[in-house]
Amino acid sequence: MKYRSVFDIIGPVMIGPSSSHTAGAARIGRAARHLFGREPKYAHVHLYGSFAKTYKGHGTDVAIIGGLLDYETFDERIGQALETARKNGMKIRFHEEEAHTDHPNTARLKIGDDDGELELVGISIGGGKAEITELNGFDLNLSGSHPAILLIHNDRYGAIASATAILAKNEINIGRMEVSRKAQGEQALMVIEMDQNIDDTVLSELERADHIIQVAKISE
Amino acid sequence: MFRNVAELVELAESQNIQISEVMIRQEMEVKQLTREEVVGQMEKNLDVMEKAIEDGLKGVKSHSGLTGGDAVLIQNYMKNHTPLSGNLLMDAVSKAVATNEVNAAMGTICATPTAGSAGCVPGTLFAVKNQLNPTREQMVRYLFTSGAFGFVVANNASISGAAGGCQAEVGSAAGMAAAAIVEMAGGTPSQSAEAMAITLKNMLGLICDPVAGLVEVPCVKRNAMGASNAVVAADMALAGVTSRIPCDEVIDAMYKVGQRMPSAFRETAQGGLAATPTGRELEAKVYGISLKKE
Repeated sequence: MKYRSVFDIIGPVMIGPSSSHTAGAARIGRAARHLFGREPKYAHVHLYGSFAKTYKGHGTDVAIIGGLLDYETFDERIGQALETARKNGMKIRFHEEEAHTDHPNTARLKIGDDDGELELVGISIGGGKAEITELNGFDLNLSGSHPAILLIHNDRYGAIASATAILAKNEINIGRMEVSRKAQGEQALMVIEMDQNIDDTVLSELERADHIIQVAKISE
Repeated sequence: MFRNVAELVELAESQNIQISEVMIRQEMEVKQLTREEVVGQMEKNLDVMEKAIEDGLKGVKSHSGLTGGDAVLIQNYMKNHTPLSGNLLMDAVSKAVATNEVNAAMGTICATPTAGSAGCVPGTLFAVKNQLNPTREQMVRYLFTSGAFGFVVANNASISGAAGGCQAEVGSAAGMAAAAIVEMAGGTPSQSAEAMAITLKNMLGLICDPVAGLVEVPCVKRNAMGASNAVVAADMALAGVTSRIPCDEVIDAMYKVGQRMPSAFRETAQGGLAATPTGRELEAKVYGISLKKE
């Protein structure tokens, strides 16, 4: 089921005007921020479908950038997010795309700085809820309704076992898991949804595990 | 976990509990939270709704200038006249409008189920409150009952205007409100389902055609109509009227209508009121651009 909580329906508490175009967009930006792990220095925001047609009036632009600044949907600073980000030195560009996408409210974010880059596709499915459908070229299905970790790893035997062993040792239960790779033997991605949030010591333990390249956490 | 309205009603009836109670227990189970935590979070949402109505009734104006001030006009009219449609109905209308005017002005609201449709549930709640004198706990229950029905729609159809037209937003919101009014007024779980069905049936086919792409025109007034639709349907259900088409089938029909709706009518500002000459003029004015030749 796409929606698991009554607070997905009665909520979120948010800054208007549109739950899909403002709150959902802020959540996509915030997911990108959390995956990147720090405030980016540049952000290319590609908007598709209804996002592309109506983003200015709905504040989709300020919401996505607000998310990149780690603001929540109800943060009153969202209105000034563009100015704040630019003041912080973030270079921002919006691209209104004509291409047809599976979902009418789709955004592709390319963010980065001197140390790295991240590309993410998010869709806003209504009522302020967002899903991440692509990360660095990997297809994924991340609902955002559970705490999750993403592990970029080398496609080698033992990579998955080393990650799950660490979770087991720390008594963390896996609710859902998905592995995808671009090609055999190349970079791959593990998506693990868990019942509870994990702390940073577990994260750094995962980072040091065999064949793991990068780890990111998405809190509920 | 209930998957549809039939299961929701069955759960409530078999255990002899209210719909709101089914929703509270499910939330506790799914999120592994205590009753106090679940109810406490909903109380906060109720506070946000109350504050938004208060703000809206003081008078707000959106940045675009397209909306604002209508809730005040309606309240003033109620003070000086006897509304033809009755005080409760117009009170619900004014409070639904107040909420959506605050939303359009980028104020703080609680999405129910979305921001564009945030007026129906609180608008009806705070109007019905004056007549039924509910406890705070019953008001919180109103939101859980609304949420239970919205939960079914969101999982089996859609609550997004871009995906399913305004029937999926204001339609769902109005249906949710109708079901909750029934429970607060002492109706049965199945009467709540009838009220939801009756309301949603009357919202079928409603397109999403925001002028200039903003959830202001016609959205604010559609929340007013959604709220009144909800009150009327709740009264009908309480009177014993039933829907010939079961609630789950109405929800399914709504979904299928939405899927077949051309994209021009799904929040793209390409059709309906958005594409009228005045709609286009307002769009050009809002964005400070010259009018595109069609």
